[in-house]
Amino acid sequence: MNNSDSAHTSGPSATSDGAAAAVLAFHETTKVYPGRRTPAVSDLTLEVPAGKICVVIGPSGSGKTTAMQMVNRLITMTSGDVTIDGRSIGDLDETELRRGIGYVFQQIGLFPHMTTEDNIGTVPRLLGWKKERIRARAKELLDLVGLDPDDDLRRYPAEFSGGQRQRIGVARAMAADQPLMLMDEPFGAVDPLARDRLQDDFLRLHKEVPKTVVFVTHDIDEAIKMGHRIAILRDGELVQYDTPDNILAEPANDFVADFVGADRGLKRLNVWRLSDLELDSPPDEPGGPTATANTSLRDALSLMLVEGKERLVVVDEEGRPTGTVALEAITRLIGPDERAAAR
Amino acid sequence: MMPAGAPAAPIAQGPVIPHFERASDCIRENGQFCFSWFVDNFDRVFVPRLVEHIWLTALAVGIGFILAFSAALLAHTVDRFETPFAIFAAFLYTIPSLAFFQLMVPITGLTVTSAEIALVSYTLLILFRNTLTGLREVPEDARLAARAMGLTKGQVLRRVELPLALPAIMAGIRIATVTTISLATVAAFIGVGGLGQPIFNAIQSGFKTQFVAAGLLAVALALVADALLVLLQRLLAPWMRARRA
Amino acid sequence: MKTFENAIEFLFDNTGLIWDKTVEHVWLSLASLAVAVVIAIPLGVWLGHRHRGSFIAINVSNVGRALPSLAVISIGLGLLGVGFTNVLVALVILAAPVMLTNAYVAVDQVDQDAVRAARAMGMTALQVLWRVELPLALPLIFAGIRTAAVYVVATAPLAALAGGGGLGDIIVNQPTYGPEGVVAGSLAIAALAFATEGVFALLQYAVTPRPLRRRTKESLLEPKVETAAA
Repeated sequence: MNNSDSAHTSGPSATSDGAAAAVLAFHETTKVYPGRRTPAVSDLTLEVPAGKICVVIGPSGSGKTTAMQMVNRLITMTSGDVTIDGRSIGDLDETELRRGIGYVFQQIGLFPHMTTEDNIGTVPRLLGWKKERIRARAKELLDLVGLDPDDDLRRYPAEFSGGQRQRIGVARAMAADQPLMLMDEPFGAVDPLARDRLQDDFLRLHKEVPKTVVFVTHDIDEAIKMGHRIAILRDGELVQYDTPDNILAEPANDFVADFVGADRGLKRLNVWRLSDLELDSPPDEPGGPTATANTSLRDALSLMLVEGKERLVVVDEEGRPTGTVALEAITRLIGPDERAAAR
Repeated sequence: MMPAGAPAAPIAQGPVIPHFERASDCIRENGQFCFSWFVDNFDRVFVPRLVEHIWLTALAVGIGFILAFSAALLAHTVDRFETPFAIFAAFLYTIPSLAFFQLMVPITGLTVTSAEIALVSYTLLILFRNTLTGLREVPEDARLAARAMGLTKGQVLRRVELPLALPAIMAGIRIATVTTISLATVAAFIGVGGLGQPIFNAIQSGFKTQFVAAGLLAVALALVADALLVLLQRLLAPWMRARRA
Repeated sequence: MKTFENAIEFLFDNTGLIWDKTVEHVWLSLASLAVAVVIAIPLGVWLGHRHRGSFIAINVSNVGRALPSLAVISIGLGLLGVGFTNVLVALVILAAPVMLTNAYVAVDQVDQDAVRAARAMGMTALQVLWRVELPLALPLIFAGIRTAAVYVVATAPLAALAGGGGLGDIIVNQPTYGPEGVVAGSLAIAALAFATEGVFALLQYAVTPRPLRRRTKESLLEPKVETAAA
């Protein structure tokens, strides 16, 4: 059984030199608003490994946005600390701190009076980069987020669709190659199809340029898809912090079990792929349903049920069989005993 | 009926009765608007006044802008400053122009200063209101993004808020300019020149073409100035016309 | 400063004259305003109700603002000669644009949900106008009238140059009334302008439907100065 980061195949994690991504840690971080009895965030303690995406999720009022906004000091914490690579965020000057953190939020906040190039170049310009370097960087990022590096450079935000503007927002947040990114429901304002594409593209991008990301959402499916780690908050408290698969397999309590949904077993199947399984030997006769190795187990299960078969042939890109999978192997994975074997 | 405050000796702006021998029928009968006379005398009678008028307007709008803009920036930072200044500017704005000019005479004399004090006062309300409103209507998400990215307060103001407030500010400048051009005609009453001078003189002498011509010129000046300012705004705010492809 | 003291004296010594001139002035202003209201308001309301002619309705005030009042009076003088009629026409031309634009915008921008609901309830177009649109539009229409009123009162002194009478007669007649008279007349006209502003502000408050009054309170403090269309 492969490691639990299977939704994100291991690429160059670029954390070897530590420069591209930072370790973010909350130390009993608390926020109490004056006049309120219960804290908005209470004693939050967790660590996000360098280069990983940590999704913070919870119902409304759970304190997820508050927690995130304490990192770049948009909100001042009442007690506790937040460290980046071991350094307290209180040590740095506010504006200096923020220049080292990329920030994306739902309304994006692109500057309507600036071209794409100028928008993306905002922080680099603050840091004193030269004009040519900024332009090259803007082009590079536009390409990375799936826009046209030549045509779209000089356009104004009003000329783009909502989805495109979100991409520019992400590019802008990465412009100075900040080691940490905060994203507050960044894909919430677009239609589901566009959101899907944005999520896929961001994951692809993250594989190439792994940064430490804190990603706030209220959508459990998005959390499972995007997160290396998920932090579930409720009424300001951390309820569970683990990989998506572990949370789905072993929810810490009834609240989590409810929150992830009664179909958590099936959701787990989304996390794994056929390539994560040990395949049985290729079939003797041809025939039967086929699927490629990167098909999710959920889709594989669906295929077998639809065809009424208990075995599936796994093929490579050319269609040549590389092995088979039994229905039983899949259902066993999400059953009770497999958990013991896998860890 | 004499314009009060006009110097006792008549200013030779133009002949009260043009050269009688060479005058056309139109002039002799004091028609509404004798085009040939207008063309012949444009340089001598109207151009100097036009220049004076432009100068009076530019000075008033310029000074008024500096004052009102500073006040608006202050009100943007310190909320409580807004109402006192607005009331003050509204007070000045309500004083009828002719009265304002005349009330300045005992204090600062029959000078450009008197005229300018009044003209500047009239620009304050609109420039202040528009600048402040423009700053306030900057989209909140752009402001948040700017803060979160690490711009200092001054940088947010200079790079985000002011550029986005520009259309409203320009609208204010347009209104102020057009209004000032109109009011500056009355300033001639205290002898500071401008297009009002030929009007007053001609009303005194009854020479129709002159005051009709001066009046039309003042209107034309206002329209041209407005158009130029619209062009300026398009230049300074190119993003306002961007639209989805 | 001596002039100001003398001016105050002048006011007290010549109350009869000041009073007569003020009455003339108010009469001229009211007449012009009334004519302008009759011309501009119905037209503006009708255009706004039909949501037509927005370009003209909005830009007429831009053009109107560009007209130097003195120029209009002097051109009118050229065309119509000296006298009350000329001045009346000039003042109407100056007052109408603002009121037209305000009336148009006021009715055009009435909450369309309310209008739609009224229509759905079975009101005729005229009933919708009378019972829904006008009451809601009244404050803004009134703001336009108020702006025009103050503008007319403030511009009428220029009318003295064209034989219009009023307080302007004193201001333009330094040889007769002396510098103290001129200053006295100026003070009187300024006071009249403030009084007009005040009276109309109260009227505007009175015609605002009660639920909308709180919002209107702040805006009542200042004369309405419209922002130009971009």
